Amino acid sequence: MHVQRNASRSLMVAGLCAAAAMAASAVQAQEDTITLGAAVSITGKYSTNGKNTLDGYQMAVKRINEMGGVKVGTTTYKLAIKYYDDESTSARGAQLMERLIAQDHVAFVLGPYSSGLTKAIAPVTEKYRIPMVEGNGADRDLFTQGYHYLFAVLNTSDYYLREAVNLLAEQAERIGKKPSDLRIAIAIENDNFSLDVRNGVMEDAAKHGMKVVIDDKLPPELNDMSSTLTKVKALRPDMLVVSGHDKGATLAVRQTSDQKVHVPMLALTHCDSAQVAEKLGAAAEYAVCASQWDRSLNYSDRWFGSANDYAQRFEKEFGYAVPYQSAESTASVLVYADALARAGSLDPQKVRDAIAKTDLMTFYGPVKFDDTGKNIAKSMVLYQVQGGAYKVVAPSRWAQSRLVFPAPRWEERESAKRN
Amino acid sequence: MDNLAILAQAPVFNLQLLVDGVLIGALFALAAFGMALVWGVLRIINIAQGEFVMLGGYVVVYAAAAGVPPLAAVPLAALALYVLGWLLYRAVIWRVVDQDLFVSVLATFGLSILLQQLANQLFGANVRSVDPGLGTLLLVDGSISVPYVKLVAFAASLALGVALVLFLKRSRLGQAIRATSQNARAARIVGVDTDRVFASTFALNAAICGAAGALVAMTWVIHPYFGLAYTVRAFMIVVVSGLGNLAGIVAWGAGLGVAEQYAGFLLGAQFQTAFVFGLLVVILVARQLALHRRRMVLR
Repeated sequence: MHVQRNASRSLMVAGLCAAAAMAASAVQAQEDTITLGAAVSITGKYSTNGKNTLDGYQMAVKRINEMGGVKVGTTTYKLAIKYYDDESTSARGAQLMERLIAQDHVAFVLGPYSSGLTKAIAPVTEKYRIPMVEGNGADRDLFTQGYHYLFAVLNTSDYYLREAVNLLAEQAERIGKKPSDLRIAIAIENDNFSLDVRNGVMEDAAKHGMKVVIDDKLPPELNDMSSTLTKVKALRPDMLVVSGHDKGATLAVRQTSDQKVHVPMLALTHCDSAQVAEKLGAAAEYAVCASQWDRSLNYSDRWFGSANDYAQRFEKEFGYAVPYQSAESTASVLVYADALARAGSLDPQKVRDAIAKTDLMTFYGPVKFDDTGKNIAKSMVLYQVQGGAYKVVAPSRWAQSRLVFPAPRWEERESAKRN
Repeated sequence: MDNLAILAQAPVFNLQLLVDGVLIGALFALAAFGMALVWGVLRIINIAQGEFVMLGGYVVVYAAAAGVPPLAAVPLAALALYVLGWLLYRAVIWRVVDQDLFVSVLATFGLSILLQQLANQLFGANVRSVDPGLGTLLLVDGSISVPYVKLVAFAASLALGVALVLFLKRSRLGQAIRATSQNARAARIVGVDTDRVFASTFALNAAICGAAGALVAMTWVIHPYFGLAYTVRAFMIVVVSGLGNLAGIVAWGAGLGVAEQYAGFLLGAQFQTAFVFGLLVVILVARQLALHRRRMVLR
C-alpha cells in the first residue's frame, strides 16, 4: 500500500511537470502568433458566403505567413484565425464575439458575413474597444452610429447600383432621350441591404430627374416575382433594378426570361455569387451586375501581386472561382498586416489608430478610411453578362468591354441564336 | 391608384394576373390536398408540409444534374418522398397520432426544422433551379406570357387531384383510408389495419408534396428555407375550404393565387402576403357570422 501510494504520487508529480512544460511551450508558441478572431456563418442561410469569407481570411493568413509573417517592432509574428460558427444568426454572433474577446482574449477581430451580423457584433467590439476590420457588411447604417473601432474595406450598400443609374443616364443620350425622361422600376427583397441599394438608386435617380414607376419590396419568403413583372410589362420602364441577394438575382433572370419581359437594362446585385451566367445560360445575357471587385482590374499589392494573380492562387488553394466576398475578406487581413507593422505594438488602441491612418493599395483596391470607418478610396464596378462571361463595362476607367444597351428583345435573341 | 388605372386601360393584364394566379394556386392546392388528407385521416396538422415540397424540389435538381429529363423526375420525386414519408411515420409520427393536436404540431414543427437544417447541410443554402427547356406560350400579341412549365404544373395538379379522388373512392386502400377517417376505432374493429392506413396516408401526402416540389423547382427557384410559405398557404386553403371538400380545395387554391397576384400588382409586392392573411381573417369572420345567423357554429 505504501509503495503503491508513493508510486502513484510520483506519477502524478511527473504528469504535472509534463503538463507545465507543455503549457510553458504553448505559451511561448502563442507569443509568436497574433490571433485574429472572427464569427463566421458556417451553417444557416449564409453558409455559402460564410465559407467564402472564411476562405478569404485563411488565404490571407497563409500567404502572409508564407512571406514571413508580420513584423511588429522587433518581433516577427505569424497570423492565425480563431473562428466560431455564428449559425447565420445575429444573437449567436454577438454571443460568440463576447466569448472571443472576454474568454479567448483576442485583441483583433475580423468581421462576419452580412450587414445584419456585423450590426449585432459591432456594439460588442465597441464596448471592449477592440478594432474590427470587416469586408462583408455593407449597410450604410453601420457608419452612422459613431463607432470608432469599426473599419470596412468594401463600398457601402447604397453604392452598389448608383453606377447603374449613372450609366443609364449616359446611355440616354445615345438613344436620343434626356435623362429626365427615363423611368426606373425597383424590386427589392425587404431586408436592410436591399433597402440601402434601393435608397442609393433613388437618390441618384432623383439627381438626374428620373421617375421611379415601380417600387416593390418583396417579402423575403416570397419566391415569385410575377405580379411585379406583369407591372413591368404594363409600364415599360427603361431599367429594372432587382436586389435580393442570390435568390433575387436568380429569380429575376429566370422569370424575365420565362415571361419574356423586356427591359432595356436589367440591373442586379449578387449575380456572380448566384452564378447566373453559369447556371442560367442564355437567360442571363445582357444582365448588368454590381460587384465590389473583379479579377481583371489592374490593382496589385506586395503580397498577392495583381488581382488576377490572387484569383489564380485562390482557385488553386480552394478549388472554386473566387467570389468578391473572399477577396474583400482577404483585404481585411491585409489591412491588419499593414496596420500592425505600422503600429509597432500589439496594443489594441495603437493598432486601431494605425488602421485609421491606413492608405494602402491592395489587389482588392485602394483602402483609405474616413472618420466613420468607411473605405472612401475604392469604387464599385459594373459587369454585363456578354457571351456567358462577366465583362466589366463601368466605370469607364476600368471597362474592358462596351455596354450593350438597350438589351435586345427576346424575339431578337431567339432569332440571333438561330442564325 | 395608378395601377388600378392600368388594369382598366389595358384589360389584357387582368388576364395575365388571372392566369398566373390560377397556375400558382394549383401548386398551393396540391400541398393543401395532402394536408387535408393527413388532417382528416391522422387528425394531425403537418407543419413539415412545406419541407416535403422543398425536398421534392431537390430530388429534381439532383436528378436533372445526373441527366434525367426534368419532367420525368417528377414521379421520381413523388416516389422518393413516399419512401421518406413512410420512414418518418415509422420513426416519429406514429407516436403522436392518437395524442393531442398540439403534440402533433410540436412534433412536425421539430421535423420541419430538422429537415430544413439537414437540407442546408447537404445541399447548401444557395438557390437552385431547373430549366425544363419548355419555352413560353405568348398570347394576345405577346402581352400575355405563360411559361409552358406552369401549364404542365397546372395539368399535373388537376390530374393528381382527380387521381386522388378516384383512389379514395374506388381502391381498397382508399376505402380503408375513408373508413379510418370516419371512425378509426370502428375501422379497426371491422379489420382495417389502421396503422398501415396511417403510414400510407402520410407517405401519400409526402409523395404529393414531392411532386409539387418538383414542379416548383422547374417553375421558380428552391432553397432550404422556402417551405414555410407552402405550409402556411396549404393550411389556409384547408381551413377555408373545409377538410372533406377536395373540389373546394382546388377552387380556393386558385382563388388564393389570383388574390395574391392582384394584391401584388395593385398594392405592391410587400403587401402580397399580408393581404392574403387579411383575406383569410375576413373570410373566417364572415363565415362565422353567416353561420351564426343560422344558429350554427363552424367546427
